[in-house]
Amino acid sequence: MSVNKEFVKFDKVDKSYDGKILVVKDLQLDIAEGEFITMLGPSGSGKTTCLMMLAGFETPTNGEIYLDGNAISSIPPHKRGIGMVFQNYALFPHMTVYENLAFPLRVRKIPKDEADKKIDKALSMVSLQGFAQRMPGQLSGGQQQRVAVARSLVFDPQLVLMDEPLGALDKNLRESMQYEIKHIHESIGVTVVYVTHDQSEALTMSNRIAVFNDGKVQQLSSPDELYEKPVNSFVAEFIGENNTFAGEVSDISGGKCKVKLASADILANPISVKRKGERTTVSLRPERVLINPSDKMDNIHKGKIEEVIYHGDHTRVRINLLGNSEFILKVPNSSSNLDIKLGNEIKIGWNSEDARALDPK
Amino acid sequence: MSSETKQILTTDGIPLEVSLKKAEKKNKIKAFLLVAPLLLFIIITYVFPIGDMLMRSVDDKMVTEMLPKTFKSMEKWDGQDLPPEEVFEAFYFDFQKLIEEEREGKLSTQLNYTKNGFKSIIKKLRRKSKSFEEGNYKEQIMSVHRRWADVEYWRAIKRRAPAYTYQKYLKGVDMYENEKGEIINVPEDRRVHRILWMRTLEIAFFVTVFCFLMAYPIAHLLATLPMKYSNLLMICVLLPFWTSLLVRTASWMILLQQQGIVNDFFVMIGLVSDDNRLEMMFNKTGSYVAMTQILLPFMVLPLYSVMKTISPSLMRAGKSLGGTPFVAFWKVYFPLTIPGIGAGCLLVFILAIGYYITPALVGGASGTLISNQIAFHMKSTLDWSFASAMGLMLLSGVLVIYWLYNKLVGIDNIKLG
Repeated sequence: MSVNKEFVKFDKVDKSYDGKILVVKDLQLDIAEGEFITMLGPSGSGKTTCLMMLAGFETPTNGEIYLDGNAISSIPPHKRGIGMVFQNYALFPHMTVYENLAFPLRVRKIPKDEADKKIDKALSMVSLQGFAQRMPGQLSGGQQQRVAVARSLVFDPQLVLMDEPLGALDKNLRESMQYEIKHIHESIGVTVVYVTHDQSEALTMSNRIAVFNDGKVQQLSSPDELYEKPVNSFVAEFIGENNTFAGEVSDISGGKCKVKLASADILANPISVKRKGERTTVSLRPERVLINPSDKMDNIHKGKIEEVIYHGDHTRVRINLLGNSEFILKVPNSSSNLDIKLGNEIKIGWNSEDARALDPK
Repeated sequence: MSSETKQILTTDGIPLEVSLKKAEKKNKIKAFLLVAPLLLFIIITYVFPIGDMLMRSVDDKMVTEMLPKTFKSMEKWDGQDLPPEEVFEAFYFDFQKLIEEEREGKLSTQLNYTKNGFKSIIKKLRRKSKSFEEGNYKEQIMSVHRRWADVEYWRAIKRRAPAYTYQKYLKGVDMYENEKGEIINVPEDRRVHRILWMRTLEIAFFVTVFCFLMAYPIAHLLATLPMKYSNLLMICVLLPFWTSLLVRTASWMILLQQQGIVNDFFVMIGLVSDDNRLEMMFNKTGSYVAMTQILLPFMVLPLYSVMKTISPSLMRAGKSLGGTPFVAFWKVYFPLTIPGIGAGCLLVFILAIGYYITPALVGGASGTLISNQIAFHMKSTLDWSFASAMGLMLLSGVLVIYWLYNKLVGIDNIKLG
């Protein structure tokens, strides 16, 4: 059985609300069948607009969206057969949980006994058996969320859209719901398009992540690749923590480049720089930096500790390094790191491979 | 576990309940003092007048007090034939006393309410009674006018003997108690009040329906438009609120009259011919049009405030789950607006049922309501007890509607904002 690689296809989609500003610019995005894809980005980056166009509540200004090979721009939302989970659940407050779940089945004229089976199955999927006769107002936020998920799946759609569904939940509940949604996705194999601005949510749940900014997809790749190999400084900045140095390429050869900073030179991995003299932002993950490097690293520098913040399992150390006073280190809390004290000078090092020279900010 | 709950004491040894009451007493007094002016105001301007109205509508002491001896002597009279001499005698002495006090005019007015024809014969009796001789008052009074020899008139007097009466309420629904004490309808050609009650209900009902039909889309528009436009629209809705009711009604008179703008427009577009202009005023149409316009904001505002709270994502959810726009509206949006519909309809209906100025000005003869009749009895016939009776009937009608509404929709389901 071959998997349809272009189950959902955004083809050169533009969207503008006022005719002056493009909210979505020339979007080209293919989503495979059964995939869990997350649209991640800051607010106003166009991710929710994309979801709304897919659901049919907004029309593309230009371009076309295909669902399973069919152009859907002229199909009204109720005929698209796409399940959707909304930010504030959008459960019908005047209907019981059962009636909420029965709504999509009733409009599809599914006979009652068959519908009841489907509702039972959907409720057990989100472990809410026995809640069928409750009103949404009598449920907790997490339970309402699960009902919303069950409702979006009860009519067996091939595609489910989720618009920041966990935004209103508290941290612990959010984390457990993340796993629950992920497991549901794995067990029934439905295609999910998920929108969030929470990067950890995106990293935990998705097969692939599309990072949106300024109406464009900045990077589309798997979570690990996104984190380890950001292709530009926006993605590097947006996903996880990041230390940056702005400088100019002074030499480039053999998969390495030398970047000239105000006070010193560092070695970096040339990702988006090609020539000498280009401006660049070097991005370096805090956990790739070691204190008192024992082995031979090609970048070793000294910095002064300016702030120490205790985080339980690790300590965050802010040092002033090569003119960057915002340089962050993450140090695991072990007895070997006792000399980390405010004002001390420490030696740190990293491999040039981990320092990615990206586009200038 | 002990079956007896032990009394909890505070650290000072006082029972907790007593201590709590003491602590809250001050707050309770403070709260009461804060609402006291309003309470007083309501008692003076609302409870007291309504109580007074109730008393007035059943109070019939006036005649009872004017003819004490007559009524006493009438107790033994069976009302079949003309009353015996002693009744005439008692009546003569009561009447003389009234003449001295110059109150016989009031008596004639009161008796005239009960039976037409008393006014002239009491006047005549007053003139003639100056030259009455002692004894045999029956003969003398009966010779004043032949109506004094008619047993019907004496029965009419006897009917006024009780200090309290429900006659006014019967009159309000075009019924009366005849000489034999049966409650019967007044002749068909003299029934005015029932028609008025029905018309009042009918106009109030249709005005409510029209208001609802017009207000629902407006309120929906208000609730969904962007702030910039909805504010402007809201001002348009509220603008009539800030204009005097009289001015608004008067402007409808200008618009709706036969030589008015609306008729001119109809003639211009050829809808009606010039010599066949529509009569839209001084009839029901006038009442409908003007009342609907004036009461519209009372429907729009509760609907708007309820619609404002309905998340637009609910309609989207309805559509994304496969409901057509109509199904999503009917199954999801509409049920959620019911509290607003209830509040708006109740408000408009209750206001419309007691509406006065507008129907008085544009309603004409066929468009007036019960409240106009009440006003007529207050101002023109000065039959205040009848006006009170009808006012109370209107009030209890409203209460019945309120009760029915509570049974059907539930008063908790009302939302004004």
